[in-house]
Amino acid sequence: MESEMEKIRKLEEIANRIRIHVVKMIGCSGIGHAGGAVSMAEILSVLYFQEMRLDPLRPDWDDRDRFILSKGHGCPALYATLAEAGIIPMDLLPTLHETESPLQMHPELGICPGIEMSTGALGQGLSAGIGMALGAQWKRKDFRVYVLIGDGESAEGQVWEAAMFAGHRRLDNLTAILDYNRFSLTGRVEKVMPLEPLSDKWTAFGWHVVRVDGHSVTGLIQAFRLAREEKGRPTLIVADTIKGRGISYVENTASSHSISMTATELAGTLRELGCSPGEIEHAVSVRKEYR
Amino acid sequence: MENQLAPRDVLGQTLIELAEEDSSIAVLDADFCTASKITAFRDRFPDRFIQVGIAEQNMMSMAAGLSTVGFTCFASTICAFCSRRACDQVMTSIALPNLNVKIIGLYAGLFVGKNGASHQSLEDIGIMRSMANMTVVQPLDARETIQVLRYAARHRGPMYMRIGRDPLPQYVPDDYVFRPGGSITLRPGGDVALLAYGDLMPQVMSAAEGLASKGIQARVVNMSSLKPIDEEAVRAAARETGRIVTVDNHNIFGGLGSAVAEVIAEKAPARLRRIGVRDVFGKSGTNAEMLARFHLRADDIEKEVRDFLGPRFHAGNAPG
Repeated sequence: MESEMEKIRKLEEIANRIRIHVVKMIGCSGIGHAGGAVSMAEILSVLYFQEMRLDPLRPDWDDRDRFILSKGHGCPALYATLAEAGIIPMDLLPTLHETESPLQMHPELGICPGIEMSTGALGQGLSAGIGMALGAQWKRKDFRVYVLIGDGESAEGQVWEAAMFAGHRRLDNLTAILDYNRFSLTGRVEKVMPLEPLSDKWTAFGWHVVRVDGHSVTGLIQAFRLAREEKGRPTLIVADTIKGRGISYVENTASSHSISMTATELAGTLRELGCSPGEIEHAVSVRKEYR
Repeated sequence: MENQLAPRDVLGQTLIELAEEDSSIAVLDADFCTASKITAFRDRFPDRFIQVGIAEQNMMSMAAGLSTVGFTCFASTICAFCSRRACDQVMTSIALPNLNVKIIGLYAGLFVGKNGASHQSLEDIGIMRSMANMTVVQPLDARETIQVLRYAARHRGPMYMRIGRDPLPQYVPDDYVFRPGGSITLRPGGDVALLAYGDLMPQVMSAAEGLASKGIQARVVNMSSLKPIDEEAVRAAARETGRIVTVDNHNIFGGLGSAVAEVIAEKAPARLRRIGVRDVFGKSGTNAEMLARFHLRADDIEKEVRDFLGPRFHAGNAPG
């Protein structure tokens, strides 16, 4: 049995590798949604390597837990997670955003294993997750459904239609995670369209709300346990995160939303994330300019 | 007349029959089931019915999610709100991943029980036809509606069905089986071809009779499969009559007239006249008032066809 400490260290390492993959992939593509990808690294690590019931050899297993990335633009981190989990081959990652690649700029169901719903047009994932959660109940299956939504995305009315429905139907096999990284494309969420009092709003819609440091693996493990144990209500995990976390030169800025990296920025970021000189040299050698 | 059924009259019962045969059938409704007459399904299969409230966008994405778990989902509300209100959800959640969701739109075109422009649907065929993966059908009468629903339950992938509100005669034969990309010739004729669908068919058939009384033999074809369209029927009409008139309960932009024009322009030269709502919004009013206001009565259609054929047209002239 691995100790609790080892488990946490392993999940933190995976989160770091997700960040490294994201940075390398954006280097290969020349451009990518970085900030909102790396802000989810710990959430994805804990979901895929601790919380969710999955069989990498059978990505379409009927009884698997489902994950929907409603803020679809964060998908470089999801593709990296699927590769780490062995659901897609690692050598697909450098094809990010290529025209014929299964790794499109917004995730598409049907062309990439492990992607449970096409997203990208914001606001739709929670509704789709409700459909899956109801389907589980109708089929008397015990799989759980996880939907990751964005803070900027939460200005979409459909999110609240879905919140109202899931609260009304007491869908306790549904968990939403809000990546509360505080920035959308054009600025601070509190200026663009503030969400507070966020917990009160979701509670009023019939949800169990848990607030957690979204970069704390221990905190996230605990939050997902609380969500699983809650009966008769869906749970929203409000994960306080930092946009661009781990890409220091854009950390905590709106401009981290979508970036192109110079060779120096790419090398510096990978160095900070602990990559070896050889790894950095290779990443720089396959880097593309975005035109 | 008392025995005539509206396409919507058979929705509930047909869905019940489908669900009795197939445990994967599920129905979603955005607070419209009393008007769509899907209440019978709700009462018979409450466990496979989802009332989402007036939230069409939520309904479409929810149906998409439910379909991934193995359900054949029928999601239903007013045509205008299926297509306009939930357009992006239909595209991103349903059509793009090619999911098994069947959209049932009620209150097609101008005939919305006096509800007026906001509830009329003069754009939906254009919106739905232009989405990849989407099949688009407006069944003609109650019998064809049953056939189309049966096809929808077997078909894999997204489909939009536009269902008429009001009673009309049975036109399709008793042994008719719906086929996507097919059509039915309701009346033979070699002078001009009237291509139409749905609840304007009584006006079209009556116009054809009026033309016949003046010696003009109009072919009438029911083009219920709006996508894929029956290209062969269009090409045959072009080849054999040289003159095609389309009749749309829809804007002339994006409806059957546009679909036929696409076929003619690329594959089968012929003259074309499009009858329909001429790029204006609708109005409140009864069906009769709408027919008059938008020049869609049988007399209007007949007059338009004669104008199209020209004053010197005599029956039996070679197409030109």
